[in-house]
Amino acid sequence: MGDLLMTVVDWSRAQFALTACYHWLFVPLTLGLGVIIGVMETIYYRTRDEKWLATTKFWMTIFGVNFAIGVATGIILEFEFGTNWSNYSWFVGDIFGAPLAIEGILAFFMESTFIAVMFFGWKKVSPKFHLAATWLTALGASISALWILVANSWMQYPAGCTFNPETMRNEMTNFWEVAFSPMAMAKVFHTVTSAWALGGAFVVGVCGWLLLKKRNRDHVMRSLKVGGWVGLVGIVLTSISGDTSAVQVAKHQPMKLAAMEGLYKGEQGQAIVAFGILNPSKEVGDSIDPYLFDISIPHGLAFLATHDFNAFVPGIEDIIDGKSMDADGKLINTVSYADRIEQGKKAKEALAVYQGAHKLGDSITMQEQSKVIEENFKYLGYAYLDKPEEAVPNVPLTFYTFHLMVTIGGYLMLFFIVVLLLLYKPKWIPWKEKLAKPAYWLAILTIPLTYLCSMCGWIVAEVGRQPWTIQDLMPNKVAISDLSAGYVQTTFWIFAVVFTALLIADISIICKQISKKSKTDLNVVETK
Amino acid sequence: MTHEMLQNYWWLIMSVLGALLVFLLFVQGGQSMLITTKKEKRPLLINSLGRKWELTFTTLVTFGGAFFASFPLFYSTSFGGAYWLWILILFSFVVQAVAYEYRTKHGNVYGTRFYDTLLLINGFAGPVLLGVAVAGMFFGADFTVEKTNILDVQAATISKWGPHHGLEAIACWKNLLFGFMVFYLARTLASLYFINNINDDDVQRGQHKQLLVNATIFVVLFLAVVAVILTSRGMEVDGAGNAIWMPNKYLNNYLQMWWALGALLFGVAMVLNGIIKSLLKKTYKKGIWWAGIGVVLVVMSLFWVVGYNHTAYYPSLIDEKSSLTLANSSSSEFTLRTMSYVSLLVPFVLAYIVWVWRKMDHTKLTDEEIKHAGDDEIY
Repeated sequence: MGDLLMTVVDWSRAQFALTACYHWLFVPLTLGLGVIIGVMETIYYRTRDEKWLATTKFWMTIFGVNFAIGVATGIILEFEFGTNWSNYSWFVGDIFGAPLAIEGILAFFMESTFIAVMFFGWKKVSPKFHLAATWLTALGASISALWILVANSWMQYPAGCTFNPETMRNEMTNFWEVAFSPMAMAKVFHTVTSAWALGGAFVVGVCGWLLLKKRNRDHVMRSLKVGGWVGLVGIVLTSISGDTSAVQVAKHQPMKLAAMEGLYKGEQGQAIVAFGILNPSKEVGDSIDPYLFDISIPHGLAFLATHDFNAFVPGIEDIIDGKSMDADGKLINTVSYADRIEQGKKAKEALAVYQGAHKLGDSITMQEQSKVIEENFKYLGYAYLDKPEEAVPNVPLTFYTFHLMVTIGGYLMLFFIVVLLLLYKPKWIPWKEKLAKPAYWLAILTIPLTYLCSMCGWIVAEVGRQPWTIQDLMPNKVAISDLSAGYVQTTFWIFAVVFTALLIADISIICKQISKKSKTDLNVVETK
Repeated sequence: MTHEMLQNYWWLIMSVLGALLVFLLFVQGGQSMLITTKKEKRPLLINSLGRKWELTFTTLVTFGGAFFASFPLFYSTSFGGAYWLWILILFSFVVQAVAYEYRTKHGNVYGTRFYDTLLLINGFAGPVLLGVAVAGMFFGADFTVEKTNILDVQAATISKWGPHHGLEAIACWKNLLFGFMVFYLARTLASLYFINNINDDDVQRGQHKQLLVNATIFVVLFLAVVAVILTSRGMEVDGAGNAIWMPNKYLNNYLQMWWALGALLFGVAMVLNGIIKSLLKKTYKKGIWWAGIGVVLVVMSLFWVVGYNHTAYYPSLIDEKSSLTLANSSSSEFTLRTMSYVSLLVPFVLAYIVWVWRKMDHTKLTDEEIKHAGDDEIY
């Protein structure tokens, strides 16, 4: 039975990961291009220069194709909480559902109403109204991101709620703590601004291809100016919010931080691994060196996690043993994972007794058990673990994706600076004629690299918090629906085939559109 | 407001969203007609629908999200239990979203006919299966709910369903009858929408014929569904939360809630008025508004009789005490109250949708507009 249950959990996780990854292929481009198109149309509105209108419409075509598939892949995610994670959706529906409902009411209707104006309203509404519609579509997409990220952040840092033993679920007690927790704010800014960087990289990459083909140079220059700036602002803000995110992770998800760094034993003034190869033989508790090779920056992780060069940063084994850091970055002893499992079991047993007493109307026992539950509830999820090591995420996957994300992020910063220098101060760049062709190719290559970076960010965030669906409270194996593995396996493959087929069509259409439109004069607006 | 009042208020919100969703299914109804429409007129129909499909889609998503937030036990029980039913519904909407955008684009890989087939699938499966899902609220489903299951790691799921996971709901004749009624309603509304939205003689003639056929079938199916519902048993819940089956529960609910009966009768009259006026007077274009508002009233009244008046809105066929009521399946008082403040924005959202709709549809769609539209302005 245990094996079978794990299989359902695995397939459910695989299906959610598949649909989330596909969805995230399209969402950041929608968020990024939305802003870029908004800026372009604003320039057109202010200057009434038809060239800017032509450029706006060029990118709007790509936006439309991408938007549709983003919508298609998004609906699955919302409903999968119910279809595949039914226990989860009941256990936290009181909290998690609210941001989702607000997202629907505030964001989706804004997007779906004004996108129609954006595409079909050129001749039906005034230029001012049209510009407003374009910005409202972009704003709707960002508001949508805000609420779904608030919901996701709550799973990583369950704030603003209490457990009700009578209803046996978490209930919201403070909406503002849910909506504006530091974890949520850091995640929202990090994700949305990273999408601006991706949008910028996409525009610059496409421009690289157009330059390679020697098509529509004026249009390319216009696009590069907007794309380059949005990209640079995006990546700078991503770095700043990434730093805030890291501090939050260090505070609330130290195990994730340790996995991101492949750190098993921490120390005061912990170094950060700038580049490393993990030893695949390493297990929790053995004395093997976790790295086959590493280049470290002294005190780097201590500073990243706490903004204090001498702080203690716990590793995986420290955390399991109950070692942590206090507000001043000093080593302190807290609750070990073995004790957490015991406390979780106490909460679970008390909950069973409470429910029995509730059925009998025994209020005295209920009161007694309620106290036990309250004291031990924060480790309830550990009751479902057999041993502390089960609470360790996949270290290699978390480590490599984190380092890849940071490396590509650093590259993007440099990339956008060079793009803008080439635009505004070309004299500062030596050998630019000789380097032109490789630079165009590099710009094109930057598109998949940015996608890889963005995807890595999500893998770090989600794999790094395993095995929890809700941090410390509900592991995956308790969150699932009562389904057979075969059912979920079947739908996994259906979605894999359908989404892959749609992705092929999406890429093909975008490439054709770029190719076809770039052969026309993009200094004038197409008329029939 | 007390917790009970908030539960009732949120059921009212759900009824509004559900009713708007059913009205907006005219998009799916229209898609189901494409195959029988003259090839040269299809672009008119598709472009007319293509400017509205996202509203239906968004309303479905919001309907789901609002259920998740306000009645999470229904969300977890129905979606996790009737797995195949909901997956098929979702699949049909996933393929719809891309079909409009991709069908005429260069490089769409699979050709226009492929995407039109996807629209047809959504046009048929969307309304029928959504109807089947909603019918479960009247006729019940095979599930149990036991919250203490969560303490058992080997079988922790609190809501358990029969082995067919929703396929049995699709095979139930009562549910199917409801589903096909929704399908023909969607087609009827689609004809009324086309008559209002497209300025083309051929389309007008064709849609008047379609309206006659679809409306006739719809009225017959609607009468059958109403007869089945009014003679069906329903789950009555007493003050202590005990549930028992009661004969003619929904009929009694209508009789005891005059306002629900009024909404039903008034709604039916409006729908019939919209259809009949459109059939009798070929130049009459406002049938969609009469029928649309009527549909909203009728669907809301159905939600009210299934959820209010001490009724379990999702009866369990295998364990009466597992049946879901507004009281035992809702979110906490705090959450419902918090979300109630957000719900105050709903009229504002509706107002800007109506405003934009009027602005965009001020001039009706013609062949000329499509001929002169840019590549990005047509589907």
